[in-house]
Amino acid sequence: MSKLSLITKGLIKDNPTFVLVLGMCPTLGTTTSAINGLGMGLATTFVLVLSNMLISAVASLIPSKVKIPCYIVIIASLVTVLQFVMQAYVPALYETLGLFIPLIVVNCIVLGRAEAYACKNSVIDSACDGLGIGLGFSLSLTVIGFVRELLGGLSIFGNKLCDGDGMLAFVLAPGAFLVLGYLMMLFNKAKAK
Amino acid sequence: MARESTFTNMVVTLFAVCLVAAAVLGGLYALTKEPIEAAQTAKINAAIGGVVPEFDNAPSAEKFTVEANGKQATVYPAKKGGEVVGYAIEASSSAGFGGNITLMVGFKPDGTIVNTSVISHAETPGLGAKISESESHFVTQFQGANPADPSFKFAVKKDGGSFDAITASTITSRAYIDVLNNAYNAFLNINKSGEAQQN
Repeated sequence: MSKLSLITKGLIKDNPTFVLVLGMCPTLGTTTSAINGLGMGLATTFVLVLSNMLISAVASLIPSKVKIPCYIVIIASLVTVLQFVMQAYVPALYETLGLFIPLIVVNCIVLGRAEAYACKNSVIDSACDGLGIGLGFSLSLTVIGFVRELLGGLSIFGNKLCDGDGMLAFVLAPGAFLVLGYLMMLFNKAKAK
Repeated sequence: MARESTFTNMVVTLFAVCLVAAAVLGGLYALTKEPIEAAQTAKINAAIGGVVPEFDNAPSAEKFTVEANGKQATVYPAKKGGEVVGYAIEASSSAGFGGNITLMVGFKPDGTIVNTSVISHAETPGLGAKISESESHFVTQFQGANPADPSFKFAVKKDGGSFDAITASTITSRAYIDVLNNAYNAFLNINKSGEAQQN
């Protein structure tokens, strides 16, 4: 499979949110606005690419019975590295995303790709797979955040369209489920054609 | 493919992975410790600058803590030409919707609130998180209010007070005012301890 198709596969065919339905906790929790969704998606992409590469490089050295604990240690370390670096050099971004960074550790997309793909494929292929899945995740989170922000806060990427409060329910948890459900339906309908 | 899962192999692998992870994290912690502290100090200084009248000292170098109603609050005195022109008080309340709310509250020496600024909170985005919009009516309504003045009652209107709450975020609004009360109690205690120091 070509590198490009490895990347595009994560966007549509294996879209982690709408098709694989993985990583629902950050999807529902962080998509209160488009920018939060995008930030969470990109932070996850960063961890996903690095963890896929690292795990694919060391996979042959790890006995199969202890591979899950080893992967978790690697992923958690990467997330902590990201957290330290962001806190030190981009404090403004850390302010907005700080809460969600530790959530990446428990995002099953990261462990899922390590287990399903990275441990059986080359470093380059794993990096492409991580990038594709990560971008797919970012895209879905941004779209969900966009819709929720628009309906709930009447704004687009933080810019208020008009005065008023919008439908508050969409900013809260129930709105996340509703938006996710409808978007999943539309996505799969479009994909089936 | 993967190495055989013998006891020795597993122990050695896990030990090696954890050792490398611990070494990397420890090293990085040491490297980023200073920039992280610098970023936090910069944030505190920016918050102080926003809530007290103009000053020419370094309030974060002269900070001290006071206790009020069993709670600790950090006080940053702002001075101009050696005279105290205001106090920035970092106080918090655990009554928020999502846990702790920490604010920087600036007082003039007579107890009038100059301004308030949010240091940290975990309120619902789109609702309670509006407390961090520093230009909003909710935040600006406290400017110039003096808790000692009987015409201001520090509570939301729903509880018979003088201040508007954020729509659909009464709990957050109550907690915000709770922080202001804590900060004011701390302020009263500084004056006591300040007079004691002068005597």
